[in-house]
Amino acid sequence: MTSPATFYDVFRQQGISRRSFNKFCSLTAASLGLSPAFASEIAHAMETKRRTPVIWLNGLECTCCSESFIRSGHPLVSDVVLSMLSLDYSHVLMAAAGHQAEAALEETRREHAGEYILAVEGNPPLNEDGMFCIVGGRPFIEQLQEMAAGAKAVVAWGSCASNGCVQAAKPNPTQATPIHKVIKDKPIIKVPGCPPIAEVMTGVLTYMLTFDRIPPLDRLGRPKMFYGQRIHDKCYRRPHFDAGQFAEAWDDENSRKGYCLYKMGCRGPTTYNACSTVRWNDGVSFPIQSGHGCIGCSEENFWDNGPFYERLASVHTPLGVESNADKIGVATVGVIGAGIVAHAAASALQRARNPDNAAKTGAGE
Amino acid sequence: MTIQTPNGFSLDNSGQRIVVDPVTRIEGHLRIEVNIDESNIIRNAVSTGTMWRGLEVILKGRDPRDAWAFTQRICGVCTGTHALTSVRAVEDALAIQIPENANIIRNIMQLTLQVHDHLVHFYHLHALDWVDVVSALSADPRATSELAQSISDWPKSSPGYFRDLQTRLTKFVESGQLGLFRNGYWGHAAYKLPPEANLMAVAHYLEALDFQKEITKIHTVFGGKNPHPNWLVGGVPCPINVSDTGAVGAINIERLNLVKQIIDQSRVFVEQVYLPDLMAIASFYKDWTYGGGLSSMNVMSYGDIPEYANDYSAANLLLPRGAIINGNLNEVHEVDLRDSEEIQEFVSHSWYSYADEDIGLHPWDGVTEPNFELGKNAKGTKTRIDQIDEEAKYSWIKSPRWKGHAMEVGPLARYIIGYAQNNPEFKEPVEKLLTDLDLPVTALFSTLGRTAARGLECVWAAEKLQYFYGRLIDNIRAGDTATANTERWDPSSWPKDVKGVGFTEAPRGALGHWVHIKDTRIENYQAVVPTTWNAGPRDGQGNIGAYEAALLDTPVDNAEQPLEILRTIHSFDPCLACSTHVMSPEGEELADVKVR
Repeated sequence: MTSPATFYDVFRQQGISRRSFNKFCSLTAASLGLSPAFASEIAHAMETKRRTPVIWLNGLECTCCSESFIRSGHPLVSDVVLSMLSLDYSHVLMAAAGHQAEAALEETRREHAGEYILAVEGNPPLNEDGMFCIVGGRPFIEQLQEMAAGAKAVVAWGSCASNGCVQAAKPNPTQATPIHKVIKDKPIIKVPGCPPIAEVMTGVLTYMLTFDRIPPLDRLGRPKMFYGQRIHDKCYRRPHFDAGQFAEAWDDENSRKGYCLYKMGCRGPTTYNACSTVRWNDGVSFPIQSGHGCIGCSEENFWDNGPFYERLASVHTPLGVESNADKIGVATVGVIGAGIVAHAAASALQRARNPDNAAKTGAGE
Repeated sequence: MTIQTPNGFSLDNSGQRIVVDPVTRIEGHLRIEVNIDESNIIRNAVSTGTMWRGLEVILKGRDPRDAWAFTQRICGVCTGTHALTSVRAVEDALAIQIPENANIIRNIMQLTLQVHDHLVHFYHLHALDWVDVVSALSADPRATSELAQSISDWPKSSPGYFRDLQTRLTKFVESGQLGLFRNGYWGHAAYKLPPEANLMAVAHYLEALDFQKEITKIHTVFGGKNPHPNWLVGGVPCPINVSDTGAVGAINIERLNLVKQIIDQSRVFVEQVYLPDLMAIASFYKDWTYGGGLSSMNVMSYGDIPEYANDYSAANLLLPRGAIINGNLNEVHEVDLRDSEEIQEFVSHSWYSYADEDIGLHPWDGVTEPNFELGKNAKGTKTRIDQIDEEAKYSWIKSPRWKGHAMEVGPLARYIIGYAQNNPEFKEPVEKLLTDLDLPVTALFSTLGRTAARGLECVWAAEKLQYFYGRLIDNIRAGDTATANTERWDPSSWPKDVKGVGFTEAPRGALGHWVHIKDTRIENYQAVVPTTWNAGPRDGQGNIGAYEAALLDTPVDNAEQPLEILRTIHSFDPCLACSTHVMSPEGEELADVKVR
């Protein structure tokens, strides 16, 4: 076997011209929200790097993260897996099975210790000695911890790996556990969402490959570039919120006009994600644009902060008996909810004080 | 020792044991073990679901209007089908009628899933069982072009196109980093395609990878995102507004044009790439007749795609409904999801306990108590299993039965039932396929038959997308823009204690959700899913399920590289997260793993 090629070599080998390569670098810079000046930095990085091995593990999950990943439009996922990284292990896509698949893990651990990125979809269950999720006859958590030990960095795909998600909703019968609680000594980049947006997933990976560093994270471990703002902050229906124009029932006159879905339970005001800016599936739409409120799928415990159709101000827990910690959680949401009401009231007050602006806003509907 | 199963198979576990764990290119976690005799023929097969999430207990006490979102997370591959099944179950319980447009849009969503899921399965989950990527490196691009042009009008077929791709592939292999093609069974004697067919298939593997994301944009238009679009009890969440102020935030002419364009592109891709590839590849494997299993005996379909809203009778369902038992195609039995004597789940060989494990439970009465224990003949330890003991409990999947029979479900089951019902939409394409390949009808009952039925269904679903798109336009033209019925949206309007059942035909087969709503909250929720039917373990009588039956009598060329096992298991399109999410009792304290 020849020695591994650099990132750029792979491009060249695969018949991609220098011109196309530069264009790719510009697009990558743009998709990451960077100025065009960064394109040359990206190009330089790619010329000097070989493809980084990525190990993608699956615990308890539904595979929506893998499915979302292959929806990426920029970069195309075929380019990602052929040219940008070396996907050495993925239950969903890899050709090998059985012990040949497990051998790929061993080989990567041995040959690329400290160099590979560990991408984790799903989470380990801790009950039943971990045997609610078995891979190769062993508990998934063993595989996870072994592969984390040699990884350069760990990416927690989606809400399962980041927050526990649906199988960790009350009463969490398998004790499904987010990965940061079982991997303590590695940097973990959380990319929550159920699933995360495709271009956010490939964006996070290409950022790390391109700049050889972890993206700046917020206090919850999420990349600031994609999770720094609430959906509400950048929602195109925000003017309707500010103008006090709300859908009151499904398929009513106001929902047909595209009014704000806050009263239908929308979690946009408390959800940090890029849905209202990057949007979904090559920018085609996002939940609110297609008439349904945000269910807050990138937020911790979002399954237990329902029912989804109750507006935030009156959120209560769906289960009868709650522990103290749960009450605190619920109380926190209650405070946020109260904040939202105050926010709505303030917006309405402003409108009342300044009818000219309100009229303009209204005309823009 | 050879034993005879009541459903007509003989099992002998005396020969060499082969273990495949993990089975990859599937959804979720699955382990397969087989015994081969001295002639390398599979004489015993063991299917073990190796994950469990407990979603239904999580639903207990929740708002039934939220259940679609929870159950949709059962599976992100067949995304949407659980959500649709869930809203149907809740609407059935609460007697909610949905508008005609909502039914049409839901059908468009479900058909979009069928087209997408089948295409991705064929190219990305199944093709590498038949296609040798490394062989493609030695293909003649000109001959590849001639082959491609002889079977299809698809324009990407020039010698230069295939040469460029081959160059890219060669450099990729020479880089030494094989990525997802690493450690494949390349060069295996069971690969029969000439290099040119391999190169063509690899080209289409990559084209399909880039194209599949387009199909799902239909979900994004109506449901806001994919995977996991949004749904609504009582209709669909996206309003229609084609003419008035605010139309840009609703289903308008621009959105409809986008949907239309994707439907057109999908039909072209399926008809000019998927189907011709399927036929071409099948023509080289006509001698590989294995994997029939239960398909020639017992198959079942609930039916789906109601042509008009709120009528779930067989006559109104465009996908066929019924059950065939003992291979008698002359009689298609009616299936009743409400009858407690028809669909039942057993746990004799599943990691759960019942008070009385000789009986099966209807989903409305379903209980599940996890009980993870290995049999006395298992090899290894509790947390390091070297070999399963199939005499004992051995899977996180239950064994569902219809009137006591193990059944196969999925595209092949649907096509066999449609064929038996003399429905021309299913019978004619099957007959054409068999004629074109010069095969008898019995060839259907095989791994290749399963794979072929999926391809035919993909073509069918793409055509039906166009049909329902036309219906949607007609309705809007006639002034009907209603998308939701909110009469019973408010829980105060609900009866105190009701049960409902919803069903769909998921890409992988018959899917049912059973819900019990009490005092406006979910009292009990059970789902019986396609992979539970197909991948489930033996029942108390010893009847084997579809996966195990299909593996029997197959020759394995190389026990170290059991490509044939992958072929047959992949032909079912396994979805393990779906099959193993059943209910657990609340508050059970179990031993914890030490966090190191």
